Amino acid sequence: MIDLDKWQEITAALKKNKLRTILTGMGVMFGILILVTLLGIGKGFQNNIQSSLGNFATNSTVFWVQRTTKAYKGLPRNRFYQFTNDDIVAIKISVPELENIAPEIDGWSGGATNNTFRAEKKGNFRIKGTSPEMNMVNPVDVTAGRFINENDLKDYRKVITIGPRVQELMFEKDEDPIGQYLKVNGIYLKIIGTVKPLSQNMGNREDIIQMPYTTLQRLYNRGDKFYSFLATAKVGESVDELQNSIFSILARRHNIHPDDKQAIGNFNIAKLFQKIFGLFNSIGFLFWIIGLGVLLTGIIGVSNIMHVVVKERTKEIGIKRAIGARPAEVVGQIINESVFLTTFAGFWGLVLGVLIVEGIGKATEGSVDSQILNPYVDINVAFIALGVLVFFGVLAGLLPALKAIRIKPVDALRYE
Amino acid sequence: MIRLQNIHKSYITGTNKLHVLKGIDLHIKEGELVSIMGSSGSGKSTLLNILGLLDNHDDGVYLLNQQEIKAMSETKAAKLRNDLLGFVFQSFNLISFKNAMENVALPLYYKKVARKKRNRMAVEYLDKLGLKDWAEHMPNELSGGQKQRVAIARSIITNPKIILADEPTGALDSKTSIEVMDILKEINASGITVIIVTHENDIAHMTDRIINLKDGRIESIIETRKVNRTESSKIPQ
Repeated sequence: MIDLDKWQEITAALKKNKLRTILTGMGVMFGILILVTLLGIGKGFQNNIQSSLGNFATNSTVFWVQRTTKAYKGLPRNRFYQFTNDDIVAIKISVPELENIAPEIDGWSGGATNNTFRAEKKGNFRIKGTSPEMNMVNPVDVTAGRFINENDLKDYRKVITIGPRVQELMFEKDEDPIGQYLKVNGIYLKIIGTVKPLSQNMGNREDIIQMPYTTLQRLYNRGDKFYSFLATAKVGESVDELQNSIFSILARRHNIHPDDKQAIGNFNIAKLFQKIFGLFNSIGFLFWIIGLGVLLTGIIGVSNIMHVVVKERTKEIGIKRAIGARPAEVVGQIINESVFLTTFAGFWGLVLGVLIVEGIGKATEGSVDSQILNPYVDINVAFIALGVLVFFGVLAGLLPALKAIRIKPVDALRYE
Repeated sequence: MIRLQNIHKSYITGTNKLHVLKGIDLHIKEGELVSIMGSSGSGKSTLLNILGLLDNHDDGVYLLNQQEIKAMSETKAAKLRNDLLGFVFQSFNLISFKNAMENVALPLYYKKVARKKRNRMAVEYLDKLGLKDWAEHMPNELSGGQKQRVAIARSIITNPKIILADEPTGALDSKTSIEVMDILKEINASGITVIIVTHENDIAHMTDRIINLKDGRIESIIETRKVNRTESSKIPQ
């Protein structure tokens, strides 16, 4: 494989006109650099959005109460109603495509005043009633203790999970909050877990105190009422159908006109996700096209130069053929040079591209405003790029090489 | 070794057809030292190119080492050239970025001889031609005579049956020309057939047989063997 003469020939031919070789190589180098950088940045965009979505279930839908817009069964329009805990039971029983259903209740934040106290410490946090299933729909990272479970719900336990900001403000660094109590709106609640949001934009917050929604209903005199819930469809089931089934159950139970779509607020999150992912696929595709386009330009440059190189070396090729070089050897040699030039230049483009992407990653690290998060160059992309380079390198060399051996040795020898 | 019967060759340039070789009949035996003479345009170089498988003849029969040469693949022609033939050119045709030793070793590279072995052989051959100390020099550091000696070393390193020399002294002064001719005669003495194309009378007269070409035909063949035997390497004035 490592043939000194071959390498000597490759380097000799390329060294003959260094500037030209370097300029040609730069075409390829920039091609691969742009391809790699674009793909790396694309990955960064994607990571950013994905991190803001967290592990939010993509096949989910959200429901919330609104006022009715149609009079129905003797009830007036513009009527206000609330979901009840029995709605959840009814939906669970009669909607087979349902996977999880998770009610949530926003408690009061204290407005401008503090709502949470512990000894000397105090803070103003967001209070939420939630259900165990919420952790399936919009998961959080349970950093210590546990999340709220069914028994907490059933027994109206006065237990809470707290977000990192709460822990930070209400506890010393070396204190273990698990088992401790916080006085929230005048009631002592026991901390059973600390949780960290996985997503930035999907309703999970750092300054949150969560308790079983049943506990919140009881503590704050909400009866069995709540305003909104999330639901996910089973794998393979349509979220649209899930929505329709839930809608008709809720409409029936709350005497809402079957056509009064406005009465029950509803949003198909699955569709949003599809749009977002579709957008990313398009951007990724576009980046590939642009990158490959630039790369192709560089490779055409190589092919051009190989044409010139071959022409310049016509006589040398003639000499070699006179002393016994077979056409395959001549072609092989030219292709070697072309592949060497493209992969060598491409390799540096790849290295530079990776460095640039790393640099962008470092520069945007920890920045909240940045639209780019952890950009990186996929190792597969790197290999694909190198494969493309070798392939086009062969192609770039092949055409001039075939042209070179079409010249009869005698004519090649006579060439000046 | 070489037998030609009614060889024709013409070139088409645009609309013109140039009939260069108009029926060449020739027999060159193994071990001969032959020169082909003629003025420019006589077809001598074309003939040499056909003999050297660098070009195809249009018509006629060419037997090389008892093998008929017809239209063949370039791969096969390359192998025959590598096995049977050695070339010496007027302009030396050394590869400029290879040193003397590597130039001499190149035909062995195409024979797939290992690098060390072929470089050792190349130095041996350079030594034979008095150029051992120049083995590492690049062609542009050598004089014309030295270059031609390197080229000759390259032509004989594969131990060919025939050396084809196209104006081997054309670019050399007369003193160096004689040296080169002496080398070619020495090679011939070792049993290798040598065919020299030249337009210089004195060079031609150093060979055993002169084939005079004129307008694509053999005009005359002069046997000079006896003269050469007695006068050795002196050039007739």
